[in-house]
Amino acid sequence: MTQTSGIGKESSVVNTLSARRRHPLAAFVVLFIALGLIGATYATLGSAKAKASASTGATPEQLSEGQKLFLSSCSSCHGTQGQGIQGSGPSLVGVGGAAVDFQVGTGRMPAQQIGPQAPAKPRAFNQGEIDAMAAYVASLGAGPDIPDAGAYDSDPKDRDSVSNGGVLFRTNCAQCHNIKGAGGALTDGKYAPSLRDTTTKHIYEAMLTGPQNMPVFGDKVMSPQDKKDIIAYLVNSRSVAGSPGGLDLGSIGPVSEGLFVWTIVLGLLIVFTCWIGAHTTKASRARIAHYEATTGKDAANHE
Amino acid sequence: MSATAAPPDGAFEDVKTDPVSQWADERLSLYKGTRTLIRKVFPDHWSFLLGEIALFSFILILLSGTFLTLWFKPSMAEVEYHGSYYPLNGVSMSEAFASTLNISFDVRAGLLMRQVHHWAALIFIMAIMVHMLRIFFTGAFRKPREINFLIGFTLLILALLEGFAGYSLPDDLLSGTGLRIASGVVLSIPIVGTYLSYFLFGGDFPGHDFIPRLFTIHVLLIPALIVGLLTVHLILVFVQKHTQWAGPGKTNENVVGLPFMPVYMAKAGGFMFVIFGVTFLLAGLVQINPIWAYGPYTPDQISAGSQPDWYIGFLEGSLRMMPNWEWNLWGHTVSFNVLIPSLIVPGILFTGLALWPFLEQWVTGDKREHHLLDRPRNRPTRTAIGVAGITFYGVLWLAGGNDLIATHFHLSVEALTWTFRVLVFAGPVIAFWCTKRIALGLQRRDKDKVLHGRETGIIKVSLDGEFTEVHQPLSQAEVYRLTAHEVQKPLELGPATDENGIPRPGSRALKLRAKASQLMFSDNVETTVDEAKEIEAGHGHH
Repeated sequence: MTQTSGIGKESSVVNTLSARRRHPLAAFVVLFIALGLIGATYATLGSAKAKASASTGATPEQLSEGQKLFLSSCSSCHGTQGQGIQGSGPSLVGVGGAAVDFQVGTGRMPAQQIGPQAPAKPRAFNQGEIDAMAAYVASLGAGPDIPDAGAYDSDPKDRDSVSNGGVLFRTNCAQCHNIKGAGGALTDGKYAPSLRDTTTKHIYEAMLTGPQNMPVFGDKVMSPQDKKDIIAYLVNSRSVAGSPGGLDLGSIGPVSEGLFVWTIVLGLLIVFTCWIGAHTTKASRARIAHYEATTGKDAANHE
Repeated sequence: MSATAAPPDGAFEDVKTDPVSQWADERLSLYKGTRTLIRKVFPDHWSFLLGEIALFSFILILLSGTFLTLWFKPSMAEVEYHGSYYPLNGVSMSEAFASTLNISFDVRAGLLMRQVHHWAALIFIMAIMVHMLRIFFTGAFRKPREINFLIGFTLLILALLEGFAGYSLPDDLLSGTGLRIASGVVLSIPIVGTYLSYFLFGGDFPGHDFIPRLFTIHVLLIPALIVGLLTVHLILVFVQKHTQWAGPGKTNENVVGLPFMPVYMAKAGGFMFVIFGVTFLLAGLVQINPIWAYGPYTPDQISAGSQPDWYIGFLEGSLRMMPNWEWNLWGHTVSFNVLIPSLIVPGILFTGLALWPFLEQWVTGDKREHHLLDRPRNRPTRTAIGVAGITFYGVLWLAGGNDLIATHFHLSVEALTWTFRVLVFAGPVIAFWCTKRIALGLQRRDKDKVLHGRETGIIKVSLDGEFTEVHQPLSQAEVYRLTAHEVQKPLELGPATDENGIPRPGSRALKLRAKASQLMFSDNVETTVDEAKEIEAGHGHH
């Protein structure tokens, strides 16, 4: 500040016109004010929007129940305000209700332990409790909401939908989730889980929120219809029409085929070789017995 | 040795034929001309049928493969699919892939025949390997069968190439990924790699030439070579006679078994239909290579769990566990990360396998013919080397499925990779040592049985209060079976200098041979025929 006033004095001496000029740092001040204003407006509007989205069907009772559940089951890792705790759990401000519904609905949260990845397990809460928690977390900051059934209910018999979904799945999903969503390994003990039994709602929510190591496929990256098509393809691939030819051995490719052929098939074939081999062994034993009985010689006497 | 030497009583001299055959034979003299062939004797043991599994599955591969060629189009021309498998409707793909979909979904029994072809191929190569292991562990590769061993070895290599070619033909995402790796392997050959790859693919990968070329290789070149070599392989089995296990009446000088016609023919024929039946059952019930799920090959896609068929899995694993070593010398990249695991490692493995009969013959110095099989325990070092080889192969093989092991057993891929890197060196050593100790232990057990008889479990108490177990002597046949083999003594060179101080003649190779012989045979504790005779003669019961 002292420096700027000094500059002002000096310039006033040189030119009176220049004294009326804007201060050299005025532009920055204006910029800061403008940024502050925009930020404040955005924050107010954003939170208002979040409130609004959370309030769609979210009653005060639900919010308070959600908060209670959150405090008892989530806050030890995610913080009492959902702000996150370094090294334990990420901030949940702005993750939205969809993320809560996915994580808690598939049993991934509450996590049993800190690890490379929280595995899916039988869920610990009923849908009412999950909805309450989702409403509470959604109230912390704007994020994607639990989708309506119309968003993810797709027709696995719709030809165009399924074939478009197949192309999108092979391009965007198969490199981690394997063909037909059988799942696959990632680095350091992380993995892309199997999608064979995942509900359509949870698949949609996962694309929307990008849980754990999965990237987010937001609506601008992948349209809601494309997401629906992927779901249609996945559901179709679970049916016999989508995957003919018999037992699929887990749809994990040649490894399970090789394992099958080296265990069950080889075992079966060896049983048959023993069966065919054994029949003659008996016959030759009988012949040797016959030889010994008729000649009186000992067949074992190799000399 | 002679074809008619079969059962000791010559029960087949007066063969009863049916009137029709007799009528025909009296006029055409068929029997006379083909007698040596049809009276050929084959000994029986379940393990002698493993090669037949390979033979019969190969016949099935030829039959089902012919069916598939009627509809398969080996073309890389791009088409838009509008067949009856609607999940791929409107997707652009090569004609090769579209015609494979057509076979699977629009040709009657097409999917069944595709699955028969593929399962039979997996069974074919598995049977070749199991058969080869049987030959190795029983010493059936010894003189005079070294050449046939090499033919069998060549058949294995051809089968691997044939399988990989067939796996690659449908041009699906999985096989395209496999070809991408194959092109990488070719590229990794120093100096000529790039030229070779351009030559094979007719330009840059993937190009339009490779699938048609591969088709010719797959349906013409390699099958012709396999059929030719297979014929020679079987003729040599006829000419050299089949080996047999030592047993009552079975010596190195004869073959005891059943004649080719009619008994063996009926058994082998029946077995062929068993193999066909199992394969068709399998193909009808279990899906294999669902190309529609992989989708057509495009270089920008990849699926998790991309693996080759099992027989190329060891190369996949070898690649997966290799550290990323690469040199850049004067502007040329030398990719040790690909060159070592995919060319040098299998090169050493296969060269060792092919040379083993000659290596062993050099160590033993044994130039005699062998028609009796070794029991693996009586050749502990050979058995141990074999198991070490299996372990080495097995670790590579497992590493090829490291991602699936990781997901199914909740492990980290990195931890698994490091485990395999250690195991690939330590595993064979541990396996060698364990196998050798087990084999020697079994030898001791055999010796114990021959010298003391079988433990009966009956405990006697003497008047002095001493407890003893009653041992029952083995039958003569059993004693013969356990002692019939030759005892290989290690090669002794004697003192380095004779009494006049003249150094012992003999090259460095001889010393090396003696050392190898010591390593191979000095630990043996097997029962000798002499020891057994001593017991029989009653020179003191142990």
